[in-house]
Amino acid sequence: MARSPEGPPPPLAVQRLRLRYAKRGRLRFSSHRDFQRALERALRRASVPMAFSAGFSPHPKISYANAAPTGVASEAEYVEIAVIERCDPERLRTALDASLPPGLDILEVVEAGPGALADRLEASVYQVELPQVDVQQAAAAVDTLLAAELVEVERMTKTGPRRFDARAALVQITVADGASPAGAVPTAEPCAILRVVVRHSTPAVRPDDVLAALRQVADLVPPVPPRVTRLAQGPLGAALDDVADPFAPDRA
Amino acid sequence: MRTEPSVESVFPQLEALLPLVHKPIQYVGGELNARSKDWAENPVRWALMYPDAYEVGLPNQGVQILYEVLNEADGVLAERTYSVWPDLEALMRAHGVPQFTVDGHRPVGSFDLLGVSFSTELGYTNLLTALDLAGIPLHATERDATHPVVVAGGHAAFNPEPIADFVDAAVLGDGEQAVLEISRLVGQWKVEGSPGGREELLLRLARSGAVYVPAFYDVSYLPDGRIQRVAPNRPGVPWRVGKHTVMDLDEWPYPKTPLVPLAETVHERMSVEIFRGCTRGCRFCQAGMITRPVRERSITGVGAMVEQGLAATGFEEVGLLSLSSADHSEIKDIAKGLADRYEGTNTGLSLPSTRVDAFNIDLANELSRGGRRSGLTFAPEGGSERMRRVINKMVTEEDLIRTVATAYGNGWRQVKLYFMCGLPTETDEDVLQIARLAAEVIRTGRSVSGRRDIRCTVSIGGFVPKPHTPFQWAAQLDHETTDARLLLLRDALRADREYGKAVGYRYHDGRPGIIEGLLSRGDRRVGAVIEQVWADGARFDGWSEHFSFDRWASAAERALVDQPVDLDWYTTRERGYTEVLPWDHLDSGLDKEWLWQDWQDALEQVEVEDCRWTPCFDCGVCPQLGTEIQVGPTGAQLLPLDVVRPNPLVQA
Repeated sequence: MARSPEGPPPPLAVQRLRLRYAKRGRLRFSSHRDFQRALERALRRASVPMAFSAGFSPHPKISYANAAPTGVASEAEYVEIAVIERCDPERLRTALDASLPPGLDILEVVEAGPGALADRLEASVYQVELPQVDVQQAAAAVDTLLAAELVEVERMTKTGPRRFDARAALVQITVADGASPAGAVPTAEPCAILRVVVRHSTPAVRPDDVLAALRQVADLVPPVPPRVTRLAQGPLGAALDDVADPFAPDRA
Repeated sequence: MRTEPSVESVFPQLEALLPLVHKPIQYVGGELNARSKDWAENPVRWALMYPDAYEVGLPNQGVQILYEVLNEADGVLAERTYSVWPDLEALMRAHGVPQFTVDGHRPVGSFDLLGVSFSTELGYTNLLTALDLAGIPLHATERDATHPVVVAGGHAAFNPEPIADFVDAAVLGDGEQAVLEISRLVGQWKVEGSPGGREELLLRLARSGAVYVPAFYDVSYLPDGRIQRVAPNRPGVPWRVGKHTVMDLDEWPYPKTPLVPLAETVHERMSVEIFRGCTRGCRFCQAGMITRPVRERSITGVGAMVEQGLAATGFEEVGLLSLSSADHSEIKDIAKGLADRYEGTNTGLSLPSTRVDAFNIDLANELSRGGRRSGLTFAPEGGSERMRRVINKMVTEEDLIRTVATAYGNGWRQVKLYFMCGLPTETDEDVLQIARLAAEVIRTGRSVSGRRDIRCTVSIGGFVPKPHTPFQWAAQLDHETTDARLLLLRDALRADREYGKAVGYRYHDGRPGIIEGLLSRGDRRVGAVIEQVWADGARFDGWSEHFSFDRWASAAERALVDQPVDLDWYTTRERGYTEVLPWDHLDSGLDKEWLWQDWQDALEQVEVEDCRWTPCFDCGVCPQLGTEIQVGPTGAQLLPLDVVRPNPLVQA
């Protein structure tokens, strides 16, 4: 006779909340799985009345979307949780943020409106800092990449190397000079800063893939590891140069 | 006056390397409940190391306890460091980044003390990597006042002779009070302006009895290679160094706020130690021998630690740790009290290290009330009744079958059985009995449960004789015979048409055990082997993908070429009554005469009872160390927690 859990089924969710969080500083080296463990423990410490799945291994009801890769900092990561008692979004944000280590920061909490959050995350905006890379050289490499129709890159996955096109998903790349920002005294070391707008696709084109494509088409090889930050995620704007706030429909 | 070396964080240099390594999160620190004390205001500074990867080292209870105890002390700070994987090691060498702590990312070489906790001897090569990366000379004799004092602790420190060249001192036994005493002596010496340099500091430490300083003892050898004598070479240094024993665990409720890592680790749970020590008397078990007497934490102390720890960590599971957790005098009330308190909170409770009897099934049922039932683990250790009498593991076949019948009858589907191969006097027949036992387990399980989907896993590894146990004199079984026996058992299990498919078989080959045996019962001459094999590239020897038996065997051959001893001499040779053992001057409290008698009893298959329930049988520990058994019951109960506080997050 198979066992089943004793007692009544778990309470039903009464509210769904959407969270935007940042992954900053040294905690950009945390992986998505690291964040999942940290979040689940922080939710327990903060006494968030989570909804759980039924069965012998109950899990808190949390949906993750489009996690930034390990090593990439982010100002725009999204997650949705379900609770069994209605919570005040701002108080939850404060409590959960205090419960997470500095560097994993809860920035916004909204009550979920209609529609799936994941559907609104159409594109990402990344900032890619390339220390010791000359801005002219970077701009030329970007031009070459954008002029190409198809640039196949290879990435190691769990199942082995995989080849795919990195060009089609690229919406826009602009190049700025990080060494001499307007009005500031130029620093000694050159630094090119790319702003990359990339459409979400399968497989996802990540900042690493963009760098691989630049190396491939223009031999651009950064001498030190680039510093990458995801600035935003959301619906792609009409001008194709930015994304909109994905929480806008929830706030309406 | 000792000049204070630079203590700048090396994180900026390290950060540039992290995108290039596997799992960089393990090197960045910043765990919940980590401490960071001010360098200038705390003149006694410890770096605490667990010499294995972060994922293994972080959950280590010993390090977490000492980290907290030291950081609570005024004028003392402690930071943690772990072994770096070879990918980062290579980059650190290429870019000149030293071994660092994960808390302040300070160079390990800048601390006053480097405390290294050895649960297993297979961490010795990782010690050398860390010393080398830290810029600390490998040999203690080459260090000066600018280098940290390297202190070994943990169970392996009960015979630190193989690493005597590389450590300045060793602490035997419980560390809580010992590290505070060492801190006091180091602080005093620094306040006085470090008189007499390193030699004076080590002398003060040695004379206090807090630590063993190998350099202050000379070892002489007989022409045949055995030890002739170990004697102190400085006045005032004790002939024998004793172990430390914390008597009242309720006064030491550590860790109070366990570390919560971001990275995945081997134990994804919070642990609460419910008692220390064990007097079951299993003759193979070094832990049970060197941690006597039994000292229980009270039921209320356990309840408070669980409550405080969960609030501080948010862990989903609590493990109640000890060497044989069901033996706590109040375990039934603890299990029920905790299960009641945390019912409906999705908090798991587990009881690792349980013995084979039906009472444990009741406990397991209680702890998994309404929760998942993955499997139960029992450790009969010896395959035959005769073997179990030799090792003093008092479990009859009837006990075992009755226990598994209760387990399967209560809805458990999977039972794991742990055994050892290569125990003293063992024959092929003793090991083959395991196949018969496994078949009987499945037959019984099918009959009581009425199901055919029940399983049993047999897990078996080679036995390694350990110092301070009755088997310290025993010949270790050579790896060829061990492996042959393990394959015989595999074939016997597979040949069983009726039950074979329901029995899983996991075994570890005998070769790593031989190296562990060399390091466990080795003397100072083994230090040359460790240094050679490390120079040849040995790292992470506890990991099968990194361990190379051939590298060790070759290093042993070269390093011992001028000695009358070799790898076999240290491992497969039986020792005699009169032989001076390398650890005889290190006092675990056990009377050597008693150990010898217990060894003779083993050979005669005479069993010894547990002194918690029968009169003292004179192992020597309590009178020698002035300690006594500390067990309940206290009669207290765990009251329900006040869980109906209004939740400030919830909208009214």
